[in-house]
Amino acid sequence: MTVGNPTTDAAPGATATGAAVEIDQVAVRFRTKKKDTTALRDVTLRIAPGEFVAIVGASGCGKSTLLKLVSGLLRPSSGQVRLDGEDVRGPRRDIGYVFQRAALLEWRSARRNILLQAEMRRLPKAQARARVDELIAMTGLTGFEDAYPNELSGGMQQRVALCRALLHRPPVLLMDEPFGALDALTREQMNVELRRIWRETGTTVLLVTHSIAEAVYLADRVIVMTPRPGTVAEVIDVDLPAERDYGRTMSDPVFARVTGRIRDLLGATTSAD
Amino acid sequence: MAAQSTIEQPGRTSPPDRPTPAARRPARPGAAALRFASRTWRPAAVLAAILVLWWVVTAAELVKPYLVPSPSATFDVVRAQPGYFAHHTWITTYETVLGFVIAIAVGVLSAVVMVYSPTVEKSLYPLLLFAQVIPKIAIAPLFVVWLGFGLSPKVVVAVLMAFFPIVISTVTGLKSIDPEMLQLSATMGAGPAQTFRKIRFPAALPHLFAGLKVAATMAVTGAVVGEFVGANEGLGYVILQANGNLDTPTLFAGLVVMSLLGVVLFVVVELLEHLLLPWHASRRTDATTTTM
Repeated sequence: MTVGNPTTDAAPGATATGAAVEIDQVAVRFRTKKKDTTALRDVTLRIAPGEFVAIVGASGCGKSTLLKLVSGLLRPSSGQVRLDGEDVRGPRRDIGYVFQRAALLEWRSARRNILLQAEMRRLPKAQARARVDELIAMTGLTGFEDAYPNELSGGMQQRVALCRALLHRPPVLLMDEPFGALDALTREQMNVELRRIWRETGTTVLLVTHSIAEAVYLADRVIVMTPRPGTVAEVIDVDLPAERDYGRTMSDPVFARVTGRIRDLLGATTSAD
Repeated sequence: MAAQSTIEQPGRTSPPDRPTPAARRPARPGAAALRFASRTWRPAAVLAAILVLWWVVTAAELVKPYLVPSPSATFDVVRAQPGYFAHHTWITTYETVLGFVIAIAVGVLSAVVMVYSPTVEKSLYPLLLFAQVIPKIAIAPLFVVWLGFGLSPKVVVAVLMAFFPIVISTVTGLKSIDPEMLQLSATMGAGPAQTFRKIRFPAALPHLFAGLKVAATMAVTGAVVGEFVGANEGLGYVILQANGNLDTPTLFAGLVVMSLLGVVLFVVVELLEHLLLPWHASRRTDATTTTM
């Protein structure tokens, strides 16, 4: 069990196969009363431990479905999903999940919202509290520990959700458009902080986003998906330095080239549809 | 750009969009009293106006005194025999509260079962509706036949009256949980019991309390209906007796006490809600909805 073990931070998810997440020939079909829809088809991905991977694509191309598969909240219609070398058969505990809406409990303060993770997992109390203090400092929530969600701005609420997702030091962090509801400035700021937090924790991150700039600034690799039925159009390596100053990255020629390529792909795939 | 500096400063604590944690509870007790006064003076004034109107109508003898007694005559009745009223009020209160508590237990429990089992829901819902649409006054005599003149038929009618709004509100509350919350809970490895206790039930409380407020007033009606049908004590009995004797002051006194009982029960539920759900949107200082 990797939960709460500080040593897993260095190389989480390292296994015989060497991948943190493996998605193999996966298809997802939804059956409703009226018709069958294929959300995903023929998706194959391999994500190395400690990697930051962003997934971009048009709305409804199955990006979120992909995260649900990795977390085990959804079973694929065909194909295989492996997390940490193990077949995903049901909801996985060794992940952290951040949704677009912070999904905080209104009746709990920021601190107690983060602690929910520890309570559900029945982690030792003292250890959990120390970890919460650490995360609060890391995400810049100091001074807001006792505020209730309705007293927090959208950015602050997402910080709380991020802390909650990181509490148990998950080897894999799944983020489903976490900053989609934030204003542009707060979003940039959160990007910078997420990048820093990721480098501090060494967690494998899978980020679904609508923002091309966000994807390129944050990720090592960007997966571009086609519209429904979603499949991988292209995987683009982002050859930017590990240390990424926001302003300088934005004006970096590599950044311009990669975002341009993604924009072409997304434009091309939508017009061809 | 503000964001640039953060790379070099892990643990930075002051983002520019920082809101001030609003004062959740009033800072000074005087402020609380002032707020209470500003909230209560309106209903108090309306109540006073009604009393004055009542007094004017009877004092000017616009209506015959044996039809509508004066306020003072009504209060004199209570003052003349406080023990008598205290006893019968206590009986009705006891029946009401007992019925209310049983209705909460049974109502919440069946709501939970219905939410977790669609089969139970489908089979139980029509039955519930049936039990609700039957006029309680019509089946109350049956309970007297079955259960006698004692406490139980009144409690049963009170339970029947209060049960329905509790079930409906709890089912609605439990069902309106954000599905993402449930998914989140699953990724935390929480079992159904943990999810229910820490997420689903607390999230349903605002709905539940809305139902409880309706149910509280229904429970009083239920108890009194039960007393009407067959009783030798309780406020329903007092009213029925007074009616038979054309003793309108006692009848009015009974009505007033009965209404007070309902209002007190309602206020108790509101206070409980206030204590348990200080976080709810309807309780925020910027929200203006108040019920009292």
